[in-house]
Amino acid sequence: MSLYCVQKLLYQLNRDPHTRQRYHENFESLLEEYELTEEESRAVIEGDIGLLYVMGVNGQILMHYSALIGQEWDEYIHAMKEGVKSYGPVRAGLYSMLKDREP
Amino acid sequence: MSLVFAGTCSHAPGITGRSNRAASNLREGLRHSLGRMRKLLEESRPDALIVVAAEHFANFFMDNMPAYCMGMADEYEGPIEDEEWLAIKHTKIPGNPDLSRRIICDVMQKIDLAYAEEWKFDHGIMVPLHFLTPHYDLPILPVNINCQGPPLSPLHRAYEFGRTLRTACDAQPERIALIGTGGLSHWPATPDSGEINEPWDKEFLDSFIHNRREDLISYKDEEIFSDAGQGGFEIRTFLAVAGATEGSIGELLFYAPIPVYAVGCTVATMTVE
Repeated sequence: MSLYCVQKLLYQLNRDPHTRQRYHENFESLLEEYELTEEESRAVIEGDIGLLYVMGVNGQILMHYSALIGQEWDEYIHAMKEGVKSYGPVRAGLYSMLKDREP
Repeated sequence: MSLVFAGTCSHAPGITGRSNRAASNLREGLRHSLGRMRKLLEESRPDALIVVAAEHFANFFMDNMPAYCMGMADEYEGPIEDEEWLAIKHTKIPGNPDLSRRIICDVMQKIDLAYAEEWKFDHGIMVPLHFLTPHYDLPILPVNINCQGPPLSPLHRAYEFGRTLRTACDAQPERIALIGTGGLSHWPATPDSGEINEPWDKEFLDSFIHNRREDLISYKDEEIFSDAGQGGFEIRTFLAVAGATEGSIGELLFYAPIPVYAVGCTVATMTVE
């Protein structure tokens, strides 16, 4: 359920101007409406794209959050690769099927 | 009247957004082939174009994810992405809600097709339209097959959806064109972005062009994921076009792996008997 909530937050940030406005005005207040774990909240607040990827956020959602926090495309790809090095393989979601794949 | 045109093409955002980063011969080859496809589409004199796409969390999220959905609005808009990022200007695109409704009602005799009266096109539809109907003057009937958030509709159902769509099109007085857009093997928006499994793509395309249903529906999602990435799930859009042209063969106008576009770029037409 928790991964779902992180993805929903990032999806709404990406697609809903009102949510994005609240992100700019009072991010912590917005976060209270989503049932996130402490680690998830920290990853979102700090813009830790690598950790969000390892948690299982779908790239089609994550790449837009990366752009929102000002990353260029190459930085986005680099952040995911560094995330796997720091936190280990993807834990859940679609990409956890990649666990057995050669790097 | 009936279905008058069918084809498939890639829709990767890099095709427009990172256009100049590809080798010039590949870029021009792809553009030339899309130009040929546009000419064939125009020569079929369609009254409307159905675009079977695989959107990327633009309108549909895991809170309410239809397996199959068709737009039923008189107007759409797009792209939903930043227009500079995609290098396509934001615009309105005409629909045809009356035709949508008739097709949806016919398809629902066999397939539980959802509908949507609001739809913002992402690159999955905008990139093909940018090349095929650049004046946005042909009514579009968007269709989405969920290829992003499993569970996904089985491949044999995607083929069946195409068959049913064909029957519905043939029952209408309008001249209707159909395209499917999606990637073959690719790993978009992941650390493996840019990887392309060319042998896998070519084997799939051979089955597609010869419309070998049994081969097309024999892929398993676990194998697709392993060999062709999560982007490979989008072959469902090709299967829908194959289903709509069952018994016919096609012509591959273009295929080339273009890593900077993150996909093996494909342009193909199917004969409409």
